[in-house]
Amino acid sequence: MARYITQRLVYMVITMFLIATFTFFLMKFLPGTPLSAADRLSEEQQAVVLAKYGLDDPVPVQYFNYMVNLVQGDLGISFQFDNREVTTIILDRIGPSLQIGLQAMIIGTLLGMLLGLVSAIYHNGFLDYGSTFTAVIGQSVPSFVFAGIFQYFVGVKLGWFPVALWGTWEHTVMPTLSLAIFPLAIAARFMRTEMLEVMGSDYITTARAKGVNKFGVVFKHGVRNALIPLITVLGPLAVGLMTGTLVIESIFAVPGIGDQFVKSINTNDFPIIMGTTLFFAFFFIIIVLVIDLLYGIIDPRIRLAEGE
Amino acid sequence: MKKANWLLLVLVLALSMFLAACSGGDDSDTGSDGGSDGGDGEDTEGSGDTEQVLNLMETAEIPTMDVSMATDAVAFQWLGSTMDGLYRLGEEAKPEPAIAEDHEVSEDGINWTFNLREDATWSNGDPVTANDFVYAWQRAVDPDTGSEYGPYMLGGVIDNATEIADGDKPVEELGVEATDDYTLEVTLEKATPYFESMTAFGTFLPLNESFVEEAGEDYALEADTLLSNGPFKFTEWNQSEGWTLEKNEDYWDADNVQLEEINVSVVKETSTGVNLYNNGEVDRASLTAEYVDEYRSSEDYRVIEEPTLFYLKMNQENEILANENARKAIQMIMDRQSMVETILNNGSIAATGDIPKNFTTHPETEEDFRDINGDLVETNKEEAQELWSTAKEELGIDEAEIGYLGGDTETSKNMDAYLKSQLEELEGLTVNVQAVPFQERLDRDTAMDYDLQNSGWGPDYIDPNTFLNMWVTDGANNKTGYSNEEYDALIEEAGDELALEPVERYENFLEAEKILIQDDAVIAPLYQRATAYLWNSSVKDVGVNPMGADFDYKYAYKE
Repeated sequence: MARYITQRLVYMVITMFLIATFTFFLMKFLPGTPLSAADRLSEEQQAVVLAKYGLDDPVPVQYFNYMVNLVQGDLGISFQFDNREVTTIILDRIGPSLQIGLQAMIIGTLLGMLLGLVSAIYHNGFLDYGSTFTAVIGQSVPSFVFAGIFQYFVGVKLGWFPVALWGTWEHTVMPTLSLAIFPLAIAARFMRTEMLEVMGSDYITTARAKGVNKFGVVFKHGVRNALIPLITVLGPLAVGLMTGTLVIESIFAVPGIGDQFVKSINTNDFPIIMGTTLFFAFFFIIIVLVIDLLYGIIDPRIRLAEGE
Repeated sequence: MKKANWLLLVLVLALSMFLAACSGGDDSDTGSDGGSDGGDGEDTEGSGDTEQVLNLMETAEIPTMDVSMATDAVAFQWLGSTMDGLYRLGEEAKPEPAIAEDHEVSEDGINWTFNLREDATWSNGDPVTANDFVYAWQRAVDPDTGSEYGPYMLGGVIDNATEIADGDKPVEELGVEATDDYTLEVTLEKATPYFESMTAFGTFLPLNESFVEEAGEDYALEADTLLSNGPFKFTEWNQSEGWTLEKNEDYWDADNVQLEEINVSVVKETSTGVNLYNNGEVDRASLTAEYVDEYRSSEDYRVIEEPTLFYLKMNQENEILANENARKAIQMIMDRQSMVETILNNGSIAATGDIPKNFTTHPETEEDFRDINGDLVETNKEEAQELWSTAKEELGIDEAEIGYLGGDTETSKNMDAYLKSQLEELEGLTVNVQAVPFQERLDRDTAMDYDLQNSGWGPDYIDPNTFLNMWVTDGANNKTGYSNEEYDALIEEAGDELALEPVERYENFLEAEKILIQDDAVIAPLYQRATAYLWNSSVKDVGVNPMGADFDYKYAYKE
């Protein structure tokens, strides 16, 4: 196990290095400069400022400097937010994104699993059709549509929750719900399909024949088996939700990181582009590792590369 | 379909109720607090003693509060609210004394002596002295600072600013000196009649040297590494969430400041802003075109005009656009009025010259620039076709194809599609619209790699020169290939010999604009931008400025 994890960590470092390299060179193809007043300044004036930030160096030199700093844990200083460190900017903004992402994942997954379970147990019944319908809607309607509906009806008309902004737990309710619907739909669909398959297996019949009651079988054998495909799909989705979503965050004015993925590119804020990309990649790689480890725990049939 | 929507809504609501119920739990107290939030506003409205708290929104975070680094509207807005420069823009954008009580100008217009008030202090108790200006201005042009607006605004105005910014002279040689604590001597590069209004601009604000040096790299990054010498001061600043300003009790003119607090939230979506406004949580929300029809008749509806002009730049390196008649045809074929009414629909006005409406007035008659020169372009489809035929004859072509560089936002795509259809009314003309991101457009403008370009310009100071100066031969922002000796001479004369002759100088600008738009048809004016707002009508006396801080809350109050 320890060897497996070490091996994976080495791969992780290599992957991160490759991602950093690709992103760096790709980003240098962006048109324009990181200057915010580039439309005003003459070319000579721009050159003076660019030189101050070392942006007049050849790209390979810039790359080398960046990587040296990166290894030392220095992600640099933002151009959009003068003098502010990239690390500070990400840490300041990731909190709200993580919170609503995590809440949405937990609520969405649990409710979705429940819905899928109900569907499977009452297969082809009214409840099954109802929950399948919900799942289809949840998966096909984009989250910002729900966000708009929530904001207007629940926020403005009913006044149950704050319309937008950030501060108390109430402020997180509507963004969380809007985000939760997609994982809910996914979880419900996978749960239902897997459960139906598992419940038809021979060993379930055996278990039932041995006198285990219906719900015991469902929870002990069914759910556990259904978790494998579910985790495979939901893991990466979770990374997406927890690292900030542009649309939901801007609709509910959540002070999250979501818009920086786009804005840093539009403004040529090179250090932030690198910072957000690496952060996202890191998160993603970790989650993939965790998922792989979870497989082994959930399903003993999956053996990690121990013996090799 | 209808039924499905309805079902969906019920489902969603049921779900949210369920979740609300389970997360409520022991927090029921805070729950009821949240519910009455909207009510608070109504309570205070009813009573005679109105809370002097303004709740506002910004669509972007504050990129910087460092005077030398500021370049954008948000930064200048909040610098302007918390700081006083030598002068401050007052009513009708006329500079009124702020840190300077008055000033004298030498006969040649080069040496300006500002007498500073002695009762102005920073929010840490230090007095505001002449050295604070010297330090700030030197810092702005110091190449080590990496300022963009420093060299841009001070260059060519303050003596030696350009040389210092280029690293050719030490910062100490900048033409600004503190002869004593309360006397500031400024040496200009040449007589600059609009210098007084420039001193109200963000880049010219003072800095407390010891405070800035002590804070070092952390200067202006948090509320407590900021210093105010103006009407308000920062008490809280959460980058992407919002910020809170309170009245600065140490402000020299604190008696005239009525607002106690300004809360600003960062809200990027117009729809969210409108919902918050309707919920009574904010006092102002900006509207985009699709909301205007819904709220136009509301008593809270207000339109604020800006002196920002949009126009089609025509690259004269293009064979067709090098033809004057072709350019005039383009100016004339476009129906600007229906464009501002249907596409923009936010109070923007059709532009008919290079200088916006309500921007500057004649120094003697006080008549608006736009009113004096009148409409230099008009829509006349027939004449446009005639001019176009002549152009085609002169060029020896039947058909023409030109590129059109536009923006990639929703509004600009709509506008560009509209303009394309208008331009293609010219027989045989094909317009190829290319929607590119802003940065790409700048790059291609610099390289002059375009035919037509939808472009815009806002003023840096209150003087026609800020709009007209850019079109001189090889001007850094000209990029159309336009060159006319007569035009260059008029602009140069206005900057040199006539610098101290306001009337003649103004006539030069009037004449230059006619040449630029009417005779040479260098650009095709499109519209002057305005923004539509929902504005709480109990908020009074918010100043509106043509540059720098868009709004001045110094004298604002709530009824």
